[in-house]
Amino acid sequence: MSGKGILVYAETRESEIHPISFELLGKAREIAEKLGLEVWSVILGSGISDKASQLIHYGADRVYAYDDERLRDLNVVAYKSVLVDFVKETKPEIFLIGATPWGRSLAPRIAAALDTGLTADCIDLQVSEDGKLIQIRPAFTGNILAHIETTSKPIMTTIRYRVMKMPEPDPSRRGEVIVRRPERVEADGVKFLGKVSERGVNLADAEIIVAGGKGLKKKEDLRILEELAGLLGGVVGVSRPLVEEGWISKDHQVGFSGNTVKPRIYIACGISGSPQHLAGMRDSGIIIAVNTDPSAPIFRHADYGVVADLYEFIPRLISFLKEVKGHGKGVVKGA
Amino acid sequence: MEGFRIVVLIKQVPDIEKVRFDVETGRVDRSSAPAETNPFDLNALEAALQIKERCGGTVTVISMGPRQAESSLKDAIARGADRAILLTDPRLAGADTIATARALAAAIKKLGGFDLILCGEKTVDGDTGQVGPEVAELLGIPHAAYVCELREISRDRVVVVSDMGDKYLYELELPALLTVTRELNTPRLPTLKDLLRAKRAGIEVWTADDLSEHVPANMLGYQGSRTRVVKVVIPSAEHRKGIIYRGEDAVEKIAEILLSEVAAI
Ligand SMILES: Cc1cc2nc3c(=O)[nH]c(=O)nc-3n(C[C@H](O)[C@H](O)[C@H](O)COP(=O)(O)OP(=O)(O)OC[C@H]3O[C@@H](n4cnc5c(N)ncnc54)[C@H](O)[C@@H]3O)c2cc1C
Ligand SMILES: Cc1cc2nc3c(=O)[nH]c(=O)nc-3n(C[C@H](O)[C@H](O)[C@H](O)COP(=O)(O)OP(=O)(O)OC[C@H]3O[C@@H](n4cnc5c(N)ncnc54)[C@H](O)[C@@H]3O)c2cc1C
Repeated sequence: MSGKGILVYAETRESEIHPISFELLGKAREIAEKLGLEVWSVILGSGISDKASQLIHYGADRVYAYDDERLRDLNVVAYKSVLVDFVKETKPEIFLIGATPWGRSLAPRIAAALDTGLTADCIDLQVSEDGKLIQIRPAFTGNILAHIETTSKPIMTTIRYRVMKMPEPDPSRRGEVIVRRPERVEADGVKFLGKVSERGVNLADAEIIVAGGKGLKKKEDLRILEELAGLLGGVVGVSRPLVEEGWISKDHQVGFSGNTVKPRIYIACGISGSPQHLAGMRDSGIIIAVNTDPSAPIFRHADYGVVADLYEFIPRLISFLKEVKGHGKGVVKGA
Repeated sequence: MEGFRIVVLIKQVPDIEKVRFDVETGRVDRSSAPAETNPFDLNALEAALQIKERCGGTVTVISMGPRQAESSLKDAIARGADRAILLTDPRLAGADTIATARALAAAIKKLGGFDLILCGEKTVDGDTGQVGPEVAELLGIPHAAYVCELREISRDRVVVVSDMGDKYLYELELPALLTVTRELNTPRLPTLKDLLRAKRAGIEVWTADDLSEHVPANMLGYQGSRTRVVKVVIPSAEHRKGIIYRGEDAVEKIAEILLSEVAAI
């Protein structure tokens, strides 16, 4: 192995690369320039070799593709064993993994096997003046940001989706692709039996979210929010109690025990702004809150607050937007 | 069939809605808030108790933490756990997740045999979700994370649904470790009678010396940690505009913002 590297794990789902992998490559390039490292990427799966060039376009200097039928399913023990052997061989300085549910299940097993430190769910990475990697992550249900240093090698970090900038791919970028078959796949004790269900809505990728909370009086009233979301080309999110009531599936839940979201616009209707809810949406672009209680904590986190009854305000907003649209004054995407 | 030997890992955490953060110094004042059991760990305990009730077995709860974490263990006894062990020792303090996992794995080894280990998906304070999978790796057993449904359990295997955004079905050979979500079940509440009984229950206390057969003390606590929290920043009420509308013009104002922003996408 020539040179020192920063390694990015390219996550795949059914042979497609998860976009978090490209975001990590962008960040890895930036750190690599500062620390004089190469950018390596490793991808595992079955029939994924032809995907490797994408990773080069997004910034990898070298890609290792472990293409093997035994890696077709997401088997945490199998993936761990291949990645641990790979890291022991190539000895990267830094190893970045996406903080998706899969990444957060896989990374700690690897860290434990390698006896190295792992920082969870980071939202920023910085290089200090003396060349140390500072890993920044929310903790205490999003109430604080901790700066973490790792004292062992490789420095391992999982990074939250959509916090690092998506780089522009450069199809003319050249790099090396090394296709391999793992010597050893230890898959003991885990059997993947199949997908039970797909998530109904993808909040993590949504650009506009209209979210409802306990200010809604009954399940049917979610329709009001659905209509606004439809008009704006967005999707409906909810606070946890609505999921607990069984009004809507967990896919729609925003917060500490649900989805972390980062839309351009988040409209919170009848949501008080508990720490657990804020933990999932505080990094949204523009936050708009509608609440009858002027002292609701959500207003302290909002760009625009409306002290009003959502049952009056939202229907009026909908009619107004429809009217404007009817007159062709504005272009409302998705309408 | 003889029963399942189940271990539940529980952490005591501050009540996150009451804990105060000093914006100036970045200090987390844990004494400002009452301590409670990490909410997700109650789902892990509930799952253990349900398996015990259905199939027979024993539930052992283990917690690493300061002496006061005893109250969370007593609460677990009140809910139906059979045995409780507290790992407490100044040499265990300041542990990161890997050092925590080493202590817990050593304690589980010391217990002897086990069939199933249950953890929460993450904690409300450290919030890493790493301890469970790390313990599984150190014990050399399979794990499934974000388990939202337990479909089947038999003498030698368990079938679970893992919520990875999409939901996946996994079969694990026992012994295995599961980290569980809040969707898995609704934790029972202890009765007053149970709470009184648990008050008198004995909690076994183990120190680093008790674990030394399985892990050297220098691999535990701050000394055994591989990460360091070097600074804590409290994000202040942020960079938000904080413009409040109350009257008739609110509809027009908000519509204006939406129209300019949405068209720009
Ligand atoms: C471990 C743990 C994890 C959790 N995870 C999550 C999570 O992921 N996501 C989450 O959301 N919560 C989560 N919670 C729950 C959280 O603590 C709060 O209970 C929850 O966020 C409150 O939801 P809410 O704001 O909809 O309800 P409430 O706090 O009851 O607020 C309702 C709001 O609606 C307003 N209102 C009432 N009527 C109207 C009206 N007609 N028009 C306008 N406004 C009105 C009220 O003034 C009030 O502010 C979690 C809790 C725990 C302990
Ligand atoms: C602000 C801050 C940031 C931190 N960031 C990191 C980091 O990025 N990486 C790192 O390695 N460490 C980190 N730590 C240290 C970490 O919080 C501690 O190691 C803690 O003991 C366990 O981690 P956790 O709370 O994240 O548990 P999690 O891994 O989230 O816990 C998952 C489950 O493991 C079990 N469990 C966890 N701890 C215990 C325990 N003490 N006793 C019994 N069962 C337990 C419970 O079932 C729990 O639900 C951080 C600490 C602080 C204060």
